[in-house]
This record gives sequence, C-alpha cells and structure tokens, in this order.
Amino acid sequence: MTVLAIAEHRRGELRDVSFELATVGRELADATDGDLHLAVIGGEVAEFADRLDREGVDVVHTVDEGEEFNHDVYVQAVTALYDEVEPDTLLMPNSVNGLDYAPAVANRLSLPLVTDAIDIERDGVLSVTREKYGSKVETVVEVDADRAAVTVRPGEWPPAEGTNGAEIRAFDAEIDESAVRSTVTGFQEVGGGDVDISEADVLVSVGRGIEEEENIALVEALADTLDATLSSSRPIVDNGWLPKNRQVGQSGKVVTPDVYIAIGISGAVQHVAGMKGAETIVAINTDPNAPIYDLADYGIVDDLFDVVPALIEAFGGEPPEI
Amino acid sequence: MKILIAVTEVAEVEDDFEIDGLAVAEQYLDYDLNEWDDYAIEAGVQLQEAGEDVEVVSVTIGPERSEETIRMGLAKGVDRAIRVWDDALEGEGQLGVETKADILAAVAEDEDPDLVLAGVQSNDDAFGATGVSLADEIGFEWAAVVNDLDLDPGGSVASVHRELEGGVEELTDVELPAVLTIQTGINEPRYASLRGIRQAQSKEIAPKDLADIGLDASVTESPITLTQLYEPETESDATVFEGSPDEEADQLAELLRDKGVVEG
Ligand SMILES: Cc1cc2nc3c(=O)[nH]c(=O)nc-3n(C[C@H](O)[C@H](O)[C@H](O)COP(=O)(O)OP(=O)(O)OC[C@H]3O[C@@H](n4cnc5c(N)ncnc54)[C@H](O)[C@@H]3O)c2cc1C
Repeated sequence: MTVLAIAEHRRGELRDVSFELATVGRELADATDGDLHLAVIGGEVAEFADRLDREGVDVVHTVDEGEEFNHDVYVQAVTALYDEVEPDTLLMPNSVNGLDYAPAVANRLSLPLVTDAIDIERDGVLSVTREKYGSKVETVVEVDADRAAVTVRPGEWPPAEGTNGAEIRAFDAEIDESAVRSTVTGFQEVGGGDVDISEADVLVSVGRGIEEEENIALVEALADTLDATLSSSRPIVDNGWLPKNRQVGQSGKVVTPDVYIAIGISGAVQHVAGMKGAETIVAINTDPNAPIYDLADYGIVDDLFDVVPALIEAFGGEPPEI
Repeated sequence: MKILIAVTEVAEVEDDFEIDGLAVAEQYLDYDLNEWDDYAIEAGVQLQEAGEDVEVVSVTIGPERSEETIRMGLAKGVDRAIRVWDDALEGEGQLGVETKADILAAVAEDEDPDLVLAGVQSNDDAFGATGVSLADEIGFEWAAVVNDLDLDPGGSVASVHRELEGGVEELTDVELPAVLTIQTGINEPRYASLRGIRQAQSKEIAPKDLADIGLDASVTESPITLTQLYEPETESDATVFEGSPDEEADQLAELLRDKGVVEG
C-alpha cells in the first residue's frame, strides 16, 4: 500500500508540518509494508526535494508550477499525481492552506475526507482520531473504503529526521491555466505596533471568560501590578477590545515567556499553538476540564472576578471598580 | 445579486457532562448559532446594504429546533431562509462533509447565487471542509479563511485577505461566482434590533426535505463511521491551588514571588 503526503511551503521555506507528514506517512506505510511518497508543488522544488528526503521517504515528487501556493494549481497537481501514484491514503496538512485545497481534492477524487487528525492507524481499516467540542471529547472514526484523504493537525507528530537517498521524480501536472480562477497578489504582515508580546518575560493573557470590554481593566491592572505585558486569545481581538498585536496563537503571535498567566482562556488548539512553549503556565478558569489544564503547571479553578482582584491586593495593589 | 449564506446551529457542551453511547448526553448540550456563521451573516448583510437589489438567503441543514437560530439571521437582515431536513438525516449524528456539500449544492443549484458565504468551521465538529467541498461540487471558485472582503455588489471579482498562520495574510483575487469561508474578526456582527426581531417573525423559513431538492436518502451514505467518543484522558499534572479565592490568590502570589516575577 502506498501513502502520498503533500508538503507545504511559504515564502521560500518548507513549513514544519511537511516533515511531520513524513513521520505519520511512514507510520502508515509501515503498517502495510508500503511506500511513502511525498510531493512538493511550486517554489524551489529541487531544493525542497533535497530537504524532504528524510528517513523513511521512498519517493519525492516535484511539481514545478508557480512560486507560491495557489489552490487551483494545487488541486490539479494533487489530483493528477494521485492518479499517477494511486495511493491508499492521501495526507495533507490541516493548515489554513491545507483547508483551502484538501476538501476540493477529496471531492474531485470522490475520496472520503477526515480532517484535523491527531492520530491515524491502519489496522485493516483506517481509523482516525479527532477532537470535537473544542477538545472536550475525542472521537474515533473508521473509514470503510479502500482509499481516503486525511488532513493532519500540525504539531502532533515529531518531524522526520536524517537523510536517506529517496528517489526524486519530476512530475508534469499539465496545469490547465483556464481553470485557475484565483490569483494571489501578495502578502501582508499584520499585528505590528507598539508592543511585541513575543519579547515579554511575563504575559498576563485574557480570554472570553472576561465577558465585557469594561472588565479588561481588571486584567490590565493585574498586568501593571506584575509589571507584565497584556496579551489575549482571539475573541478579545475579534471584538476589538485589544489590538491584533496582542493575540497569542496560530494566527497571532507565538510567545515563549517565563510565565504565562491564562485568565478565562479555554486552551483551544489554535491558542495553544502560540503559547505551549512558555516555561511556566498558570491557568485561572472555572472549568476544571478546560483543555488549558492539560498544559498548565499551576491552576486556580475559580471565578476570575474573585481571584484576580484578590491577586492584585496580594501584591498591595488596588483592583479597579468594574 | 444573490448571496447564499450557509448557517448552522452548533451544540456546545457544558463544563460538566456525561457521555451516552456515541454522543454527549442531550441534557448537557446547548444550541447556538455557529460563531463563524455570525460573521458570514454580517458580511452578507453588509453587501446587501451597500448595493441595490442584493438578496441574502440563508440555508441551514437542521431539524425544526434550528429555526430559532435561523431567525437570529433573519433578525439581522437576512431576507429569507431555507431549512433542509429529512427523516433520513435524523439519527445520523454527525453528517459527513460529502453529505452536507451535496445537500448545499442542491440548494445552490436551485437558488443560483453569485456568492456563497460560509463559516470557516462549525465549532462543534470543526471539520472546516464544507465550504470548499461545496465550491468544488458546484464548480464555483473559492477562498478559505477570509478575514477581509472587498467586493462591489454586482462586481465580478472579490478581493480577499486569507488569514494564514503567524500573522501573515495572503491577498487574493477570486473570480465570481465563488464560495468564501469567513473567519471571525472580519467585521463586527450586529446585535439583532427589536425591530429586526419583530420583522423576522414574518420572514419566510422554507422547510424542504431531500425530495424537494431532488435528492434521496442515498445522500447520507458515507464510508465514515463514528466508532468511539470519549473524554480524553486528562494529561493535567497541574498543581491546583485550593481554598477561598483569597487563599488561592495568596498561593499564586507566593509562587510568582518565588519565580521572581515580582520582587519582595
Ligand atoms: C483558522 C483559525 C485560527 C485561529 N487562530 C487563533 C489564534 O491565533 N489565537 C486564539 O486564541 N484563537 C484562535 N482561533 C480561535 C480558537 O479556535 C478559539 O475560538 C479561541 O482561542 C477561544 O478563545 P477563549 O479561550 O478566550 O474563549 P473560550 O473558548 O470561549 O473560553 C473561555 C474560557 O473562560 C472560562 N471562563 C468563563 N467565565 C469565567 C470566569 N468568570 N472565571 C474564570 N474562567 C471563566 C470558561 O470556562 C472557558 O474555558 C482560531 C480559530 C481558527 C479556526
């Protein structure tokens, strides 16, 4: 049996998930004594192929089409390659770009699709573990089909290492340009501004548990008391209560402070992606089952509106009236 | 111009809950409008307000209960709604991506919209795949995870920003007709006004079953079966401070002093 995994790159760099796909792809291929094929589409494909030639990779296909990701090109390239390689399992990243082409590929190839896998096994049938209800439950789905497409959560598998001597094959996907109906015109960095939260040693981070904009003053006062920097989860920024440069997470900033105090933050995977590297994580949350506690070193399972004022007072400060 | 918005009702699980077989027991679930769809509705209604002759129609796959959620959209300015449900969908638990895309495609073919808006994901299943599957199914162009939209009502190209990881946005021009999946933060969803809520009462929610949209029960057939649902084993080895809020705060304060966060 054969596994085909599609690498991801952006602005000249292979993204980490590419090497993680090689690891999970190898595990799956091993389960059936099969081969692992990787593919890289667009950009400096020859250079990328050299780097993707890690342990366990049998073949790397290069598709020299375009510089950057374009889903119309990717859909055509991946479907053409699929027809050539005839894999049993097609693996793609559960990244923003993965979600921009994987569903279309699956639809076009009539492949069952399971997204955001955190575990995959093939023991006769393919079973995929994924989360539901914001990580509160895990589910296992079985795919009763000979072939399937799965998108893989970034950061769940270790990257494949080493070098290997895989065969590198150039593939001509014969892209039909008339079917390319979207054009990437550029990139834009966001979230600059006055403060760089990724530089902070201590972050006081606030989430949706704060309920109202006025209440932000409370965590702001705590941050002042601790001489810490204020950051937040996404909903706070979406609501316009703090600027974008304060957002921690997948689409915000990756932070690695000595101490991260998560106040009223559930610990959704996209948030965790930005703060799991903090040295000490403290959570204040009323829900003892909130996923943030899987990461936290210290926790207070209580109402932030009682705990935060008490904490400010414990340092001799005065909590604001809210 | 016609805009079709896929609106879904999602289940949220209470802090404490129990599992009953392959589902969270019903009494621990609360139903609400999917967070991402609220932003999609707002994007659609803003386009309607910016142009003449723009109709905004919502489509929901859901049982009668979901009409409450559908009315929230109507109260915010959606012109009319379609709700698809069928005995064949009952008891399916989680509908597969393919099933949802096929049903929405059948409605889109009837309605013939210029633009379809959907949320990036539903916050219960978080499959994140419906919008793009639908686009491919009906031969529309698409863009996923859109957090900025520039489109003249009646125009033929949507200029969007796609929010990538790490604070980078991709700027893309998308030919219409298209499906866009909308990311939170793209706008500020309005609250329904009292007037809107009153008006919503008289707006149409057209119930349709599979036969009405030219499909049959085979659309629910899927090779994907849910076989397990469980609470993940807690990996938590957090030290939890106990006591009254004051006592808890004192223990945390001591820790922060130990760590040198605060002097003295
Ligand atoms: C493509 C994509 C990218 C994303 N990027 C990011 C990102 O970069 N960063 C990010 O943060 N999110 C991101 N998200 C959103 C993410 O999925 C979550 O929706 C978000 O992180 C939830 O934020 P939260 O924890 O503040 O809110 P919630 O999940 O609503 O959690 C609120 C928490 O507060 C607790 N609480 C409530 N009241 C109190 C109280 N009185 N005292 C104490 N605790 C209380 C609750 O128990 C709950 O755990 C992204 C999503 C997608 C789809």
